[in-house]
Amino acid sequence: MAEGESYGIVGESGSGKSTVLRVLAGLNQEWSGAVTIFRKAQPRVRDKAFHRAVQMVFQDPYGSLHPKKTLDDALAEPLAIHGIGDAERRIARALSDVGLPSAFRYRYPHQLSGGQRQRVAIARALVLEPTLFLLDEPTSALDVSIQAEVLNLLQALRQERKLTYILVSHDLAVVGHMCERLMVMQHGQCVEEMSAATLSARKPETAYAQALLVASEGFRRQG
Amino acid sequence: MSEAVVALLEVDNLKVNFHTPTGIVRAVRGLSFSLGRERLGIVGESGSGKSMTGRAILDLIPYPGEVLADRMLFRGEDLLTMPKATRRKLRGRRISMVMQDPKFSLNPVMTVGDQIAEAYRVHHKANAREARERTLAMLDAVQIREPERVYALYPHEVSGGMGQRVMIAMMLIAEPDILIADEPTSALDVTVQLQVLKILDDLVTSRGMGLIFISHDLHLVQSFCDRVIVMYGGKAMETMPAAELADPSAMSRRHPYTLGLLGCLPELGNPKGRLSTLTRDPEWLA
Repeated sequence: MAEGESYGIVGESGSGKSTVLRVLAGLNQEWSGAVTIFRKAQPRVRDKAFHRAVQMVFQDPYGSLHPKKTLDDALAEPLAIHGIGDAERRIARALSDVGLPSAFRYRYPHQLSGGQRQRVAIARALVLEPTLFLLDEPTSALDVSIQAEVLNLLQALRQERKLTYILVSHDLAVVGHMCERLMVMQHGQCVEEMSAATLSARKPETAYAQALLVASEGFRRQG
Repeated sequence: MSEAVVALLEVDNLKVNFHTPTGIVRAVRGLSFSLGRERLGIVGESGSGKSMTGRAILDLIPYPGEVLADRMLFRGEDLLTMPKATRRKLRGRRISMVMQDPKFSLNPVMTVGDQIAEAYRVHHKANAREARERTLAMLDAVQIREPERVYALYPHEVSGGMGQRVMIAMMLIAEPDILIADEPTSALDVTVQLQVLKILDDLVTSRGMGLIFISHDLHLVQSFCDRVIVMYGGKAMETMPAAELADPSAMSRRHPYTLGLLGCLPELGNPKGRLSTLTRDPEWLA
């Protein structure tokens, strides 16, 4: 993957797409092979600078925020861990970047809707000003209208900050919208790699990718 | 209207209210529809009252909720005025419901086969052997290979798709007239989703059931159902034939909310730079 690119991973549950992402993030240490990120072979245990540059946004905004911490606490924690000063300004900026009013800063997660929580999760990743974003099904727990808002936000952030995205999703339309290239996974293996143009032209080469594409288009009655 | 065309279910001005310490929450506010032997889809975002509608029909609204309606007729009988005991007999036997997540809806300490057999024996006079045979036939009908082996499995031993089929088997074994399916495939992968829908579709067609299909997925409802109700804030925004959802020439007749929902979906082969987001008009709820 080149810098500034957006890459999608699609597949059914159990196909290993989230696991790949967790290995890249350094959350899963049971792997073999070679992972090269930022032109550097990465060891099993990554250093602090790596974690600062690579941030992950998880699927479930109801589970990924601490229920007893305010947004301010949630956003201040990564800054404290990395010993970054200037927390005040960075938190305010991260909140405004994701389109949340500053009045939300001292609220708890239960006072927010699902879409707002996912914005907080994105803001928490943003405060460290990372260059690589790992997105694990960032919108699959959200309604379509909220999904559109979050996807727009992610698109805008990417253009503005020159971020690199790896997006995992089961929704081909979302990946087609967000990514330039994608990989289809099945049973822990890459079945096919293609460009978004191939996907929208509905011309994948392998039978499995074809089947996935047909299935994503809804129900078809025979005869 | 002659006897033959009496609708399976007629609902007039259905309201579901929850009396909470902070005021009344109106989950459903005045929904009317009728259901024949067809696939009726109800779509809407979370909080639009679609699940509550399904539950209200079955009298499964928990305290402190209340169900009000001008009329709620099941084959001409009024569900609201009938004794509780009569209504309880209808539930499961004549009207049943498939829930969203098999993980939480099956009894974890009972084999799936015994659970289905139990559902059969609650509603039919049958001995254990007959119930077992019916169950195996039903598991076969929902396309579970090796029904004998699956009968003896516990819910944690079956996959999500298989669990959902077990639930469908359990709901259909009593041969109900109406099946309410509340997001029956949302927890499943797309390919498994289609298999489950195919089973539902075949059973609805072959048994002449009425199906209420509750979902948030517009594409799915459009491709699967005959008619669609679009709900927002507890109200029906519009009711239309499902085919019209995909018909560009019918778009001018669509409600702005429906258009908004369609507009915020990313589409393959039709790249949009920015997805349109939904602007909600308070007038829709007036």
